[in-house]
Amino acid sequence: MSDITKQSLSELIKNIKDKKLSSTEVTKAFVERSENSKDLNAYVTEDFSAAIDKAKKFDENPNLDLKLPGIPMAVKDLFCTKNVKTTAGSKILNNFIPTYESTVTQNIWNEGAILLGKLNCDEFAMGSSNETSFFGCVQNPIDKDLVPGGSSGGSSSAVAAQLTPITIGTDTGGSIRQPASFTGIVGLKPTYGSCSRYGIVAFASSLDQAGPMAQNVRDCALLHEVISSYDEKDSTSIDFKRNNYVKELTNNIKGKKIGIPKEYRVDAMPKEIEDLWKKGIDYVKDCGAEIIDISLPHTNYALPTYYIVAPAEASSNLARYDGVKYGFRANGENLIDMYEKTRSEGFGAEVQRRIMIGTYVLSSGYYDAYYLKAQKVRKLIKNDFDEAYKKVDAILTPSTPSSAFKIGEKTNDPVSMYLNDIFTVPVNLAGLPGISIPAGHDAKGYPLGLQIIGKAFDEQNILNIAYAMEEKINFKNKITDWWIK
Amino acid sequence: MIVCDIFNYHMSIDLKTIKHISKLSRISVDEKKAEKLAGDLNSIFEFIEKLNELKTDNVQPLTSVAETTLKLRDDEVKSKNLREQIIKNSPQENEDYFVVPKVIE
Repeated sequence: MSDITKQSLSELIKNIKDKKLSSTEVTKAFVERSENSKDLNAYVTEDFSAAIDKAKKFDENPNLDLKLPGIPMAVKDLFCTKNVKTTAGSKILNNFIPTYESTVTQNIWNEGAILLGKLNCDEFAMGSSNETSFFGCVQNPIDKDLVPGGSSGGSSSAVAAQLTPITIGTDTGGSIRQPASFTGIVGLKPTYGSCSRYGIVAFASSLDQAGPMAQNVRDCALLHEVISSYDEKDSTSIDFKRNNYVKELTNNIKGKKIGIPKEYRVDAMPKEIEDLWKKGIDYVKDCGAEIIDISLPHTNYALPTYYIVAPAEASSNLARYDGVKYGFRANGENLIDMYEKTRSEGFGAEVQRRIMIGTYVLSSGYYDAYYLKAQKVRKLIKNDFDEAYKKVDAILTPSTPSSAFKIGEKTNDPVSMYLNDIFTVPVNLAGLPGISIPAGHDAKGYPLGLQIIGKAFDEQNILNIAYAMEEKINFKNKITDWWIK
Repeated sequence: MIVCDIFNYHMSIDLKTIKHISKLSRISVDEKKAEKLAGDLNSIFEFIEKLNELKTDNVQPLTSVAETTLKLRDDEVKSKNLREQIIKNSPQENEDYFVVPKVIE
């Protein structure tokens, strides 16, 4: 079977269960394609020979009752993997080898999956284009010199280019959904508290969530089922009854009420995005859902709120990088000098910028004006969603205000880079689940995504809506393998 | 103290402020970098000041998105003998200790 890497996760699992393919064959196919795809720069760390060894071991005594039997997969380099280097895309962690495993990745290995390697990402997940990574930009397989989105850019590129059948990313302000949209794949940000944050390099603790990225909704649902669990090692993990997301997946969304928020019609939204949104509305109507106009009046305040809350939490979280306990250390004349040089040389420009913003908004005299103010506005944003969900079951919006842009196009203008996340950030601020599905192409042939936002803990509902829409949209990603010589 | 209920109030961040923040965040900054940061931060704060359009006097700040009470657990030691693991990634150690530049003369 030469087309192993073209198969979806569900097909691979079926073929392994039917003994038509071995884990070794599948793993070798993805390793080979990954090796031929180095120009994409999707991997930070490859663990290929260990992966093949693990696959052989799996095949000796295969447990086919597992949910991911012998399936190889690469993960974002923000998840701590025991004895495998974990960098968070940063120079400051370039030599860090965790002695423990994140809960989310442990859940994946427990179901029989095999680690292929660690995928590139923006430094500490701070970015929307993967350009802030210490390990360089990642290419979008859609076109040369196009960003794959961020911060889970290595993850989106690797799934779209079929270097891994599925992957996991993390999403603090859009870092799963925006790159999914830019590369024509599916990405889910679960409800805050659904997936454990234990062992994930922290960015902004009240916003960070891990989530699945896949080629289709069914695969995404399966991976979500594997990673979502209550974990006492994360005090914000929530003990609620999780669904059997795949078993309960249905395209019957008849009578569901879908809200269309008027505030998401932002100024200067490209016509292509407006048209895509209209098409999306038609698709859900075709499926028998009811469209209801709603208002989320504080939408325009979400990004400014985010750019106070996220850097504030980041500046506290990143205080731990002091050159003492782990990570990079620069030489200094004394302790303070060592701290300052370590952090100045170890962190990249965007991370330093955000630590500075965070430090400033938390500093004496400014805390009330900025941080407290932002937490109050965050409450208003959450109230908007609570109000809307009295009338609707889910909300449909575009995922991003544009398709993928060229590498270097926005690096000199932080605010224009931040605007990428305008449709995704409110969801994190309110702690809700959101899924991005590929829904069409722009004039250049680049993919565009639509986002479905759900009520807290209602992942099943948005997966079902996405599943029904996926069938109507019948999206085909245009991948030409241009990077393979 | 900043008066925050004035529309579009914007305080410019000068080089002195940048130096102060850099000290608080333990990140060394030279003149050139300070100027670049001042420019970036000013454009970001200009964007952030939009929040001052909103009256929030009677709004309770959000402290947690989850509407459940957090679980408590018994205060038990669950992991032991981690010394080796904890020291393992340190840039410089001496058996049981992290080593740092001299702090006491």
